[in-house]
Amino acid sequence: MDILLQQLINGLVLGSVYALIAMGYTMVYGILQLINFTHGEVLMVGAMISLLVVNALQSSLPALPPAGLILIALAASVPVCMALSALIERVAYRPLRNAPRLAPLITAIGLSITLQTLAMIFFSPNPMVFPDLLPTTPIQIGGAFLAPKQLFIFVVSLALMMALMFMVQRSPLGRSMRAVAENPQMALLMGIDPNRIVAITFMLGAALAAVAGLALAMNYNIVHFTMGFIPGLKAFTAAVLGGIGNLPGAVVGGLLLGMIESLGAGYIGDLTGGFLGSHYQDVFAFAVLILVLVIRPSGLLGERVADRP
Amino acid sequence: MTALASQPRHKALWAVLLIGCVLLVLPFAAGLLGNAWVRILAFALLYVMLALGLNIVVGYAGLLDLGYVAFYAVGAYVYALLSSPHLLEQFPLLAATFPQGFHLPIWILIPLCAACAALFGVLLGFPVLRLRGDYLAIVTLGFGEIIRIFMNNLNAPINLTNGPQGITGIAPLEVMGHPLSQPLDMGIFKLSTLELHYFLFLALTLLVLLISLRLQDSRIGRAWMAIREDETAAKAMGIPTRNVKLIAFAMGASFGGVAGAMFSAFQGFVSPESFGLMESIVLVAMVVLGGMGNVWGVVLGAVLLYAIPEALRHLARPIQLQLLGEEWIAPEALRMLLFGLSMVLIMLLRPRGILSPRTPSP
Repeated sequence: MDILLQQLINGLVLGSVYALIAMGYTMVYGILQLINFTHGEVLMVGAMISLLVVNALQSSLPALPPAGLILIALAASVPVCMALSALIERVAYRPLRNAPRLAPLITAIGLSITLQTLAMIFFSPNPMVFPDLLPTTPIQIGGAFLAPKQLFIFVVSLALMMALMFMVQRSPLGRSMRAVAENPQMALLMGIDPNRIVAITFMLGAALAAVAGLALAMNYNIVHFTMGFIPGLKAFTAAVLGGIGNLPGAVVGGLLLGMIESLGAGYIGDLTGGFLGSHYQDVFAFAVLILVLVIRPSGLLGERVADRP
Repeated sequence: MTALASQPRHKALWAVLLIGCVLLVLPFAAGLLGNAWVRILAFALLYVMLALGLNIVVGYAGLLDLGYVAFYAVGAYVYALLSSPHLLEQFPLLAATFPQGFHLPIWILIPLCAACAALFGVLLGFPVLRLRGDYLAIVTLGFGEIIRIFMNNLNAPINLTNGPQGITGIAPLEVMGHPLSQPLDMGIFKLSTLELHYFLFLALTLLVLLISLRLQDSRIGRAWMAIREDETAAKAMGIPTRNVKLIAFAMGASFGGVAGAMFSAFQGFVSPESFGLMESIVLVAMVVLGGMGNVWGVVLGAVLLYAIPEALRHLARPIQLQLLGEEWIAPEALRMLLFGLSMVLIMLLRPRGILSPRTPSP
C-alpha cells in the first residue's frame, strides 16, 4: 500500500470538510469581525438531526436508495441548522454588537457549552453509530484506496464551496454581503439592511455546517455531542491559515490543514525516531494556528486587515 | 476594596472580623454534616485561588485566556513528580543520586511549582502577545489542549507523566515538620487532615487575595487596566505593553501553579483527566459571573459556581424524583447548563458581573 498517496487522499477528504466549515467562520468574521464559537455546535446539531432522519427512514422505508436518504436527511438538517444559527445570532450576538470584543466571545463559549449539554440531554451522552449509507467497497487508485463515501464527501464539499463563492461574487445577495463587510453604515445608506444580511450570512454558514456535520458523521460513522468542537477549532485554524475573511483562503487553508494533519500524523513517528506518535495529530492544527498567527497573521491569501477595535 | 472601603472604616473592620470568624468556624460546622463537606470547602478555596489567578490575566489585563488550566496542570505535575517515587523509578540515575527521594521542603517546593507555571505562562505569552483578544482566546485554548495531549502521551518512549493513568503515591505536604496527612493534636482539640488542609488553603487564598488587592492599586495593576481599556493609548502613554502583558501571564500562571501543587498534595494523585478544557471554561465563567477585574466579585463567582453544582449534586436527583417521578437531567448536565447559561446571561444582562468593577469599561 502506498502510504504517502493514502495519507494525501485522507488529508484532502478531511481538508475539504474543514474548508466547508471554515467558510462559515470566514464569512461571519468578514462581516462582523466575530469568531462564531457556536459554529461547531451547529454542525453537531446537523449531524444529530441527520442521524435521526436516517434512522427513521431506514426502518420505515428500507427500499429507499442512498441518494434519497442523504437528500432527505439534508432537507431536514439544513433548515434546522439555519434556524438555530439565526436564533443564536439574534439572541446572543446582535445585542452585543457594540459591546467590547470579549463579550460576544464569552456568550459564544457559554452557548457552545449549553448547546452541547442540551444535545447530551436530548440525544445521548454516549457516541451513537451512524450507519453506512454508501457502498463500502473501496476504489483502488494506484497503491491507495478511496472509499465511496470519501469521494462523495470531497465532491459535494467542493461543489458547495464553488457555488457559495460564485454566489458571493456574482449574485445581488453576494454583492450586498460584500458591501456590508466593507462598511455597514455605507451599505445601510445604499438601502441594504445590514441586520438582514448578517442573519443571512449566519444561515448560509449554518447550511454548510449541516452538510459538514453529515459528512463527518458519514466519515467516522459516529455521532456524539462533542463532535463539533474540535473540527470547529480546526476549521477556524484553516480559516486563519488561508486568511480570515477570505473565501478562497478558507478553501486553500482547509485543504492544506487536512493534508498537514494527515501527513504529519502519518510521518511524525518516523521523523522523530518514534519519540512522538500519531496520537499527536491534534497538536498539528494548534501548532499551525500559532505559527500562522505569529509569522503571518493575515494568512496565506488574506490582505492586511486594519485593527478594528 | 470596592464594597468595603466605601463604608466607614470601623464597619469594614467589623465585616472583616465577622467573615474571619465564619471562615475559622466553617470547617468544624461543616464537619458536623460529614467529612465530605470539609473537602468541598477546601476545594472551593482552591477554585477561589484559581479564579483570582485567572482574574489577573482576564480581569486586570483583559487577555481572555481559555487555557488557564494548563498552568494548574503544570503546578500539579511538578509537585507530583517531585514528591512521588515516579521519577526515581523511571530514571535509575536520579535514584542513585537521591536514594532517599527528593524530600524538598515546602518553601522550596511551592515556589518551584509557581515558578515552573510562570515559565509556561511566559512561554505561552511570547508568541501570542501581538494577537488581539479573540485570536488570543483560541490560541490559549489550543495551548491548553496541547499541554493536556502531552500529559496524556508522554509515557512513551520516556515515561515522564505516566500517561492517562496519572501519577500516584504523591507525598502529603509537610508544614513545619508536621505532615498534613496526620491529624494535629493541639491539647484541647484535634485538627483532622481535612481541616489542616482547609486552613492551609485558607491561608494561601488570603495571601493570593491580598496580592490581588494590592496589585490592583499598584503601578503594574494600573498599567494592566490601561491596556485592557485601550492598548494603543496605553502604549502611547509609555507603558511597555509587551513586558507588562508578559508579567500578567506569568503572575496569573504562578497562582495557578500554586493551586495545582495544592491540588496534587491534597489528592495524592494527578491525571490528565482533571485538566480538561471544561475546567478552563468553568474558571472563565467564575471570573465573568462575579465581574471581571473585581476581586470580591471573582471570589463570589468562584464560590457560587462551585457551591451551586455541589448542591445540585446532592439535591437534583431527590427533587426530580419527587416532582417528576424519575431523573430527567443528570446533575452533571445541570452543572454544565449552569456554567453555559450563566456566561450567556451575565454577558447579556449584566456584562460587568454581579458586582460591577469600580472603573467602568467602555
